Amino acid sequence: MPQAREDARDLTTAASPSADIVSESLPDNGGEVWRLSGHWVNTTAVAGAKRLADLAGGKGGALEVDLSGVSEMDTAGAWLLRRAITERQSGGGEVHLRDGDGERYADLVSALPEKLAEPRTEKANRATLFERVFSPVGRVVMDAWDDTVAAMFILGSAVRGAQLKIGRRSGLSPAAIVHQIDHMGVRAVPIILLMSFLIGAIIAQQGAFQLRYFGAEVFVVDLVGILQLREIGVLLTAIMIAGRSGSAITAEIGSMKMREEIDALKVMGLSPVGVLVFPRLVALTVALPLLTIIANFAALFGAACVAWAYSGITFDTFLSRLREAIDLSTVVSGMIKAPFMALIIGIVASVEGLKVGGSAESLGRHVTAAVVKSIFVVILVDGLFAMFYAAIDF
Amino acid sequence: MDPALEKQDDVVLSVKDLTVAFGSNVVLDRLNLDIHRGEILGFVGASGTGKSVLMRTVLRLLPRRSGNIRIFGTDFDKATQAQRLALDMKLGVLFQHGALFSSLTVKENIQVPMREYLDLPQAMMDELAKLKIELVGLAPEAADKFPSELSGGMIKRAALARALALDPALVFLDEPTSGLDPIGAAEFDELIAKLRDTLGLTVYMVTHDLDSLFSVCDRIAVLGKKKVMVEGTIEDMLAFDDPWVQSYFQGKRARSIVRKP
Repeated sequence: MPQAREDARDLTTAASPSADIVSESLPDNGGEVWRLSGHWVNTTAVAGAKRLADLAGGKGGALEVDLSGVSEMDTAGAWLLRRAITERQSGGGEVHLRDGDGERYADLVSALPEKLAEPRTEKANRATLFERVFSPVGRVVMDAWDDTVAAMFILGSAVRGAQLKIGRRSGLSPAAIVHQIDHMGVRAVPIILLMSFLIGAIIAQQGAFQLRYFGAEVFVVDLVGILQLREIGVLLTAIMIAGRSGSAITAEIGSMKMREEIDALKVMGLSPVGVLVFPRLVALTVALPLLTIIANFAALFGAACVAWAYSGITFDTFLSRLREAIDLSTVVSGMIKAPFMALIIGIVASVEGLKVGGSAESLGRHVTAAVVKSIFVVILVDGLFAMFYAAIDF
Repeated sequence: MDPALEKQDDVVLSVKDLTVAFGSNVVLDRLNLDIHRGEILGFVGASGTGKSVLMRTVLRLLPRRSGNIRIFGTDFDKATQAQRLALDMKLGVLFQHGALFSSLTVKENIQVPMREYLDLPQAMMDELAKLKIELVGLAPEAADKFPSELSGGMIKRAALARALALDPALVFLDEPTSGLDPIGAAEFDELIAKLRDTLGLTVYMVTHDLDSLFSVCDRIAVLGKKKVMVEGTIEDMLAFDDPWVQSYFQGKRARSIVRKP
């Protein structure tokens, strides 16, 4: 098959040939001929572009363009020629295109528009320096306020009821909630166990080495017990869940927003917050305290192992020391924080999810924002709780 | 030259004995298809007969169980890296829902293949992108818009402009006129015919638009029973004896179009 072989050669050597143009003056009436040859395609036409632009700026008068030497031409080459011809025509010259036999490159050139339409844009007023400095600041403040309002709206609609069906103002959907608890809680157990075990072990090890200088190694039990139960347990679990489930909530709600699924819910008379956000909020509020309990057990076990290995504190000693060090208020002060953290994660993630726009990039941006903001607010709220407990001597 | 051989040389895309299956579900069974240079082939078939599977297999987005696909006489499996690259440059695809990159503007979408394959100055790429936008009949203001700001018809046109960015020789169109109003669809058909005439394109068009089939397609192929059941002109379709083909081309909707000219 000769043609096939030619095609194959054509494919492999497509980059080597060039685009050439020769200009000749006709003696009788001062006209001019451009003889184009070679490959005027997008890979090569740039080589002839400069020469063509120079020629186009030349003197006016009749012009004939001879395309019979062209072996290949596409819109890129045709456009360069079209542009040069238009420039020449604006000088008042007459232009004539001539093709080789059986080719229709002249048609291609004539089919292109003479000039590219410019978009109609209104001239934007230049902002003053004052505006350019303070308008982003104002925007950040307004965005923060809008976020707060949106968060309150979501919390309010969630409390008000899951669905807005007539006569069923607070229809709970147990199946959806159990499904979400499975996803956000049960499947997070292994990673929470592992993380907390390691954290407990690390705190115990560091504490034991420092306390050894004072001969007070046994107080490592107090250190780990109080720190883990009051602060670290709930904080790290919340951070892990913010990264694991907060991002998932934003991505789910955001991609539903992109595919108009949220709009479909609204048109059916259902509240998107009620249908989508409420089960997730309930599931998080149930799952996070439970995960915190698991995390606390794992961390204390990790600490007990390290205390036994490094400091020779037996499990019996560890337990009896622990019983003296902590009381119910230690456990409760940590656990009270968990539902608040869960609400923060769920609401921040939902607000960001509902802000997703039309593009994949905006989805990524809002998932990032959801995780960063919820972790930040979780830590902030933890600090506020610490100050509050100190003030009321809890 | 032997006329039969000459005809064979003119084949741009040839599919031989193609079998595609997912698990035990055989979708295409020993399918054969040829597309010739410069023609517009309309591809029809009932939903679920594997039109999209065939197109995606030809584009190497799906694996095939057996068979042979040659594009411009080159078998992709045996091609060198340079040949594969050159082949990719010669194909343009318009996906059913546009598949424009949502985080890039229309202009940037069109420039993606140019940037990757060609070494052009930015000013030249801007001009070429504007030219393609004008060729497909979009307003110049659309150049700096994001896909989420465009209407359905504009997305189709922008996606076609991107498919044409490198001046491909073979263009695949997946339901190009679905979701367009009849006037817009007719304009789109004219546009494709005009581009075929000026650029010498070969067009592989999956469509259910009877107007498109009757007005711009040179040849029609019907997919059914895991093969190409019949291919040929409208007259061949009308004469073919198969219940589905009969009801498709001689149904109430089709008759009203056939009678018109």
